[in-house]
Amino acid sequence: MEIVIDTVSKAYGNTQALDEVSMSVSRGELFGLIGPDGAGKTTLMRILTSLLLPDKGRAELAGLDSRKDFKALRNILGYMPGRFSLYQDLSVEENLTFFASIFGEKFDPDFYLIRDIYAQLAPFKKRLAGRLSGGMKQKLALCCALIHKPRILILDEPTTGVDAVSRKEFWDMLSQLRQEQITTLVSTPYMDEAVRCDRVALIQAGKIMDINTPAGVVDSFKPELYSIATPHIYQTLLALKEYNDTYSVYPFGQVIHFIPTDASVSPHKVQDYLTKKGIEAVSITPALPNIEDCFMELMQDEHTNG
Amino acid sequence: MRTILFILQKEFIQIFRNKTMLPLIFALPVVQLVVLVNAATFELKNVDIAIVDYDNTSTSRQLISHFDASPFFNVAMVPSTDHGMTALLDNSADVILTIPADFDRELRRENAGSVQFLVNAIDGMAAGLINVYASSIVQGFHQEIITGWFDIASGGSGLPVQITHRFWYNPNLIYSIYMLPGILVILVTVIGMFLTAINIVREKEMGTIEQINVTPVKKYQFIAGKLFPFMVIALFEFAFGLLIGRLFFNLPILGSLWLLFLVAFVFLLVALGLGLFLSVISSTQQQVMFTIFFFLLMFILMSGIFTPVESMPQWAQNINIINPFVYFMKANRMILLKGSGFMDVLNDLAALSVYAFIALGFAVWRYRKTV
Repeated sequence: MEIVIDTVSKAYGNTQALDEVSMSVSRGELFGLIGPDGAGKTTLMRILTSLLLPDKGRAELAGLDSRKDFKALRNILGYMPGRFSLYQDLSVEENLTFFASIFGEKFDPDFYLIRDIYAQLAPFKKRLAGRLSGGMKQKLALCCALIHKPRILILDEPTTGVDAVSRKEFWDMLSQLRQEQITTLVSTPYMDEAVRCDRVALIQAGKIMDINTPAGVVDSFKPELYSIATPHIYQTLLALKEYNDTYSVYPFGQVIHFIPTDASVSPHKVQDYLTKKGIEAVSITPALPNIEDCFMELMQDEHTNG
Repeated sequence: MRTILFILQKEFIQIFRNKTMLPLIFALPVVQLVVLVNAATFELKNVDIAIVDYDNTSTSRQLISHFDASPFFNVAMVPSTDHGMTALLDNSADVILTIPADFDRELRRENAGSVQFLVNAIDGMAAGLINVYASSIVQGFHQEIITGWFDIASGGSGLPVQITHRFWYNPNLIYSIYMLPGILVILVTVIGMFLTAINIVREKEMGTIEQINVTPVKKYQFIAGKLFPFMVIALFEFAFGLLIGRLFFNLPILGSLWLLFLVAFVFLLVALGLGLFLSVISSTQQQVMFTIFFFLLMFILMSGIFTPVESMPQWAQNINIINPFVYFMKANRMILLKGSGFMDVLNDLAALSVYAFIALGFAVWRYRKTV
């Protein structure tokens, strides 16, 4: 196992940011850490990068203890913090040169790990990092994190605040890196990005809810799922939230996804209920769950049980 | 070692790229030196003196003419002490001199006339100076009439002891020469300390320190990389200030420049070390500005640049043992004005070295490569 996290806990005052988190990532895996804001993703990553010490538990990366062997660890780690953390008043080229040199490397645009990414940055190499677009900033940050050929890459919400096209490009790059045997741990609040990972962990309120492959997550989705199309989305949502047989209901793109408390609740029954509530022109069809539904369901589960 | 060089290279690129800071670094010292050195002096000129002459004899007029002749006093005659008081109240007079009606007679008969000074002492320092100036004029007058009236050779009473002064190291008491080294000290400290401290806190605010912290850069490398550029700037600033002093204020540079820069270097290690320490324990620019401001004000006002350390109460003088400014200002003035040598400033240099060691040690120790 390349990354082993063993019952790690961390609290900030009264807030339990991480609660006995355990998981492991194998060599060369692209591992996603999915969870809403404040779930504890950043805290976990900071513990792994030895920027934070856990209150309890331990983390081991490439056989190195994050607490004891932090010096050796920092040589094999590529880290991209959630906030853009390169020097905004240095140019693209200067940032790369600087970060290469403090790892004792030379910046080489043809270095195989960064070649493809840098090709997109090259036209702007004289531009100050602070003046780059959001997507370009992320590519530069990834370049800087890769420049010393890290064994493990830790990326904290690399696609937050980046447009859809750049997000897709970014994930394409990560997929390529997987072929280089670089273990990548990436966090994201976007559930749709989970399918790009080998395995994902769903984290919420400092706890890991589930660890599985994206397909496995979908397969494990048990309940009936209905898609409700209606021009009155808001009223329908309100009505269904008060409905006795509702297990979960949430907007999903242009439609509403609805999970009944048990399979015996038929679409007709729901339709009748809505008609009674004065909401017409509703079509209810069974839907195939995708990964977002699974996460919504898992989180819902946590709410009702916890 | 190579890592430090790369960090330095990066720092210098950033400093010289900052289009607002760089001109400030050079413009501020010129303005401060020219304005402050000329403005902050203990010399009093244009003291408004209201004179009430109840005696109205040639002797009293002779005394008045002494004040008239002095470049420090603007004489206004008023008919009575009450008029003088009015002038004192509305600030048109700083001091009232009352010459009593029998001044001339007493002086001739008893050889002891008396006059009265009423000094506006709202500003205690100015009042003291006015008193000294006025007294010395009266003394000069006294000596003149005595030598006029009595023949010293015939054994008549001259003044029993005649006191003459000679001011060493600054014979003409040019205050700018006294003030300039002090102001220079403040200037290089402000520049060095603020720039260093703000630089690190800025890395924290921008988040860049998080990226640096996960690299193998060592603590001392990072601190050295931050220290060196601002040391260079501050020393340059010091040289620049000396040059301005030499060119515009005729500042004497009697001692060795090497020694002077050695002391300046050690002092700056202290100042920048303090700045670094304060910045590693602060998380925002606001915090670090406030704490540095606090220390600077304390250090400056206690340092003896505006009020002599010797006149401070004992406890304050004791506090000054930990004031790095005191040592540097003293050594600075000694080397510049007296031409003191290495052995003369050894104590100050040693004190500053200990201080530098502690300040830098604390900065490296407190700098955590964590968040």
